[in-house]
Amino acid sequence: MSTASTEISAHGQAHYDPHLAHHFDTPEQQFTSAKLGMWIFLGTEILMFGGLFCAYSIYRHNHPLVFKFAAEAYLSTKWGAINTLILITSSLTMAWGVRAAQLNQKKLLITCLVLTLMGAAGFLGIKTIEYSAKWDEHVWVGSWNKYNGDNDASYATPPPEQPTTQPMVQIPPPAYGPAAIADDANTPLDVSQIKPRYSYPLSQSIQHQPPKRESDQRPTGEQQVDERYKQLSASDQWHVNTFFSCYFLMTGLHGIHVVVGMGVISWILMRTLRNDFSSEYFTPVDLVGLYWHLVDLIWIFLFPLLYLIH
Amino acid sequence: MSLTHSNDIPAPVADDVGPSAPHGVHAVPRRVLASVWGLLILLTVITVAVSKVDLGQGNIWAALLIAVIKGGLVTMYFMHLRWDSPFNGLILIVALFFVSLFVNTR
Repeated sequence: MSTASTEISAHGQAHYDPHLAHHFDTPEQQFTSAKLGMWIFLGTEILMFGGLFCAYSIYRHNHPLVFKFAAEAYLSTKWGAINTLILITSSLTMAWGVRAAQLNQKKLLITCLVLTLMGAAGFLGIKTIEYSAKWDEHVWVGSWNKYNGDNDASYATPPPEQPTTQPMVQIPPPAYGPAAIADDANTPLDVSQIKPRYSYPLSQSIQHQPPKRESDQRPTGEQQVDERYKQLSASDQWHVNTFFSCYFLMTGLHGIHVVVGMGVISWILMRTLRNDFSSEYFTPVDLVGLYWHLVDLIWIFLFPLLYLIH
Repeated sequence: MSLTHSNDIPAPVADDVGPSAPHGVHAVPRRVLASVWGLLILLTVITVAVSKVDLGQGNIWAALLIAVIKGGLVTMYFMHLRWDSPFNGLILIVALFFVSLFVNTR
């Protein structure tokens, strides 16, 4: 009785393949099955992040000026861009590591895995710098956010509940669509609070002056940020902390994936040092590589959506 | 006789691809890896530059277009989809399709 894990080598000798499970016919079938399973897992990952992207798009659609204000005032394009370059480069070293495993280049594989781990650590280090800056500026999540209207010491003034003497426009609630479920769809809009898309100091607004370029408009310092904040409508002021909820949930879930990635890459590194892999068997290296590229892929979308809001 | 008779026959794919690439899997050439990395860096610089130009509604679409191109490069080359069974790519497309249904604001 032959075992399922016997194959004929080029010299006609049968040898035992310790990696071939008995329910697979060939190593190739086993490898493609494992990869298919990994892709299905990555599909569920995309769907999980999809929920956050959905929340992001609804809130940004309803409060575009909030997202512009908060991103410009509190997110650093410099750190975001550096982190993007770091993740892309760590993706390169991971892909190169898979290649090295396929070609039996053990030393190169170890080098690639260590470089990938360093990239992941560097990414998390920069994320720590960014998160601590948010903490220092009191723009963390929930009650640690100074813009959260539920705070006693909040900056935000709640939207007016009673119609005042100023003219009000009642916006009919949409019958369906995301706006129908938005929490402020029925809030009366205070016309006096509506500001033009580009607002600049009153003294300049008398002349017909084109709006300044984005880079010049970026507020610096607490005072300028406060001025920009006060130009937002009452409803928008009420929702500034929503941006930070989106920011921390999306980058936080992504950051957890980076931490998990460091764990599985370290596991691959240990198994490599133990001589577990060869050109005959490198499935775990390949699958961890796929996972790491997905982490990179998600960040490729997070970076422009959070840091580059125009 | 064994039910697993197919194991007595060498895997057909292994013959076609040479000793350095078992299981019918091919290693991505170094030049491809390096060029994809270069393109990704270039596109990152471009997306930052474009975000500083006022295109109105065009800014978000330009940013998304560049992100999709970068994502395409990562999935096709780093994640090997270009040489994989199309079924793996189909899973990705189906997942993205459902996300787009979910996110669609109209």
